[in-house]
Amino acid sequence: MIPLAWYLVFSIALFCIGLFGVLSRKNAVVILMGIELMLNAVNINLIAFWRYFFAGSSQQEPTRALAFVAIVFVAAAAEAAVGLALIISAYRRRETVVAEDMNLLKG
Amino acid sequence: MPVFPSDPYGFLTQWFNNLLLHQGLPETTVRLISFAVGSLILVLGSLLFCLLLIWAERKIGGRVQDRLGPNRVGPYGIVQAVADMMKIFTKEFVTPAGVDKVVYNLAPVLSVAAVIMIWAVIPFTITFFGTDLNVGVLYIVAVGGLAEMGIVMAGWGSNNKFALLGAFRAVAQLISYEVPMVVALLLPVMLSGSMKLSEIVRSQDVWYIITAPVAAAIFFITSLAENGRAPFDLMEAESEIVAGFNVEYSGLKFGFFFVGDFLHAFTIALLFSVLFLGGWRGPAADQIPILGFFYLGIKTAIVYFFGLLVRFSLPRFRIDQMMNLNWKMLTPLSLGILIATALVDKGSANLLSSMAPTARLIVRSIILVLANVLVVWSFSDIFDVALGKRPRPVVALEPRPVARPEQPPTPTEGGTP
Amino acid sequence: MILQIFFLIVALVTLVSAFLVVTARGLMHSALWLVLALFGVAVLFAFLEASFFAVVQVLVYIGAIAILIIFAVMLTRRTKDDSGARLIKGWWVAMLASLALFAGLVVAMSTWPGFQIGPGAGPDPAILPQFGMDLVDPNKYAIPFEVASILLLAALVGAIYIAAGRKEGKG
Repeated sequence: MIPLAWYLVFSIALFCIGLFGVLSRKNAVVILMGIELMLNAVNINLIAFWRYFFAGSSQQEPTRALAFVAIVFVAAAAEAAVGLALIISAYRRRETVVAEDMNLLKG
Repeated sequence: MPVFPSDPYGFLTQWFNNLLLHQGLPETTVRLISFAVGSLILVLGSLLFCLLLIWAERKIGGRVQDRLGPNRVGPYGIVQAVADMMKIFTKEFVTPAGVDKVVYNLAPVLSVAAVIMIWAVIPFTITFFGTDLNVGVLYIVAVGGLAEMGIVMAGWGSNNKFALLGAFRAVAQLISYEVPMVVALLLPVMLSGSMKLSEIVRSQDVWYIITAPVAAAIFFITSLAENGRAPFDLMEAESEIVAGFNVEYSGLKFGFFFVGDFLHAFTIALLFSVLFLGGWRGPAADQIPILGFFYLGIKTAIVYFFGLLVRFSLPRFRIDQMMNLNWKMLTPLSLGILIATALVDKGSANLLSSMAPTARLIVRSIILVLANVLVVWSFSDIFDVALGKRPRPVVALEPRPVARPEQPPTPTEGGTP
Repeated sequence: MILQIFFLIVALVTLVSAFLVVTARGLMHSALWLVLALFGVAVLFAFLEASFFAVVQVLVYIGAIAILIIFAVMLTRRTKDDSGARLIKGWWVAMLASLALFAGLVVAMSTWPGFQIGPGAGPDPAILPQFGMDLVDPNKYAIPFEVASILLLAALVGAIYIAAGRKEGKG
């Protein structure tokens, strides 16, 4: 019997590791990997809440949380695709993927 | 109570479970041990069966090419695969310098594991299956994705530019051919109403190769491409001299890739039989499960033989021909057949619900076959264009002249012209 | 009991590989650790009896997004690989911020009365067809479904156009 607390602490930890990755790495591709970790943490959170409260019930809709999770999956996939395309295109132009070096608009 | 001759699997599992329960172990531990032993037997059985497959492939390939296959090492050369196995076991592992040890050594394991994991969901008889996932079809596609990871790890971990390029091309081919494969796999799911493989087998009163022939053909072609068999074997013959992503592997590590390749070919035949040829269904297979196993074996052998014929007859595709075939022919065709089947199936539901069961089966099959024929006829334009028989029709106008700023007049030294 | 041990092992493996994603030397190693972390998350989905999402996680994240990330790592390599520091100069501030957020969220959640609750009833096996029908039901979730598909179409077209390069797409 696994209490809900374990899943929640796990998802918070995964989210914070992803956040650390986004805030502290130079390479843009690794920043994107951190974003994917954060989105996965959110998914775990949603599914844990679905399982512990709404899965077996027939009064509230058990599929509402699943629709939410499906949309998060889709959004993560779309954002990863476009983000990587942008990184590759910026690499072609500037020969670097270090996020600090893309500072043309800096005042 | 399953009797041994008609249901050996059920009999043996019950005997084993009773044996363990009498020892006093709790129920969950007994189930866990029985699962572990069952999966071990399945894996060992499939890998040992691969020896027979390799022999059959070499013999049949030899006959297709008008020569005898191996015939020295035993009666009809049956022991040849064992001899090859012993040779591969005793070869030295030549590890190039600078490889990443974990990635390099994990890649062949992942390749073989991804193929064997497919065997966990296949229903061999009405009682004999690994596990009956309610997302079985999607699980098969997901496990194919793990095989791609194995190829990428092999290509990168070899510290070799040719291996890396070979791995890139291989992964491009694999992810391209996943798209029509997934859409073609949707058709048995749609026609049977469930993603469970046992449910798909159970609802094939008329085999799906009759009611969805286009989807069966697309699944067969894309599975051959996913496996990397000829004519799609760009993955292992890249650059014609260097073997692609598995160039730096020797000995048993190469043997792993080799075994994975052959086992995948058989697994494709098995999946095709389960999804489109009715699996273990046949006369009296419900009451006597062992007959279902034999029916499945016969169907799989026929499909495997057909795959071998294709392999030994067709020359290799170029990469641009392969990509054309996928994106310009198979993907639109699979989407078209999906839409047509969905419309026909749902549209005729009202009409069919008012008929007797046998009449319903016959009429539904006829309607679906007609829908397939209609889709193929209306897509025949695409076939001609994709196969290069006709040039693509020009639908845009001639390119209009683009306004460019006039060149500024070249400056003269100051004097007026 | 045995389920709890399994959960702890899987959660530990996932968290360690997520940490190694962020701190590994070499981009390819980060990508491979990411694959392991995503697989761990898929196993946790299976623990939570969300079978469809476990399989979709492997299919979409590992089979597509991770391979895309690996391709991007390959295509953006420089000859002097990973020169200089991997982390920015102020990385300890990021570490402090993450730890503070972790502590804050855990404390805030532990004051919620339902924190230690056990699992409720499991999902009905027929929830998967029900989910499929709800996604196309106009009274339920058809609109988010359609919007998501338009988003994917826009991402597909946009990514191809952006990454196509100068000689083909732009003028």
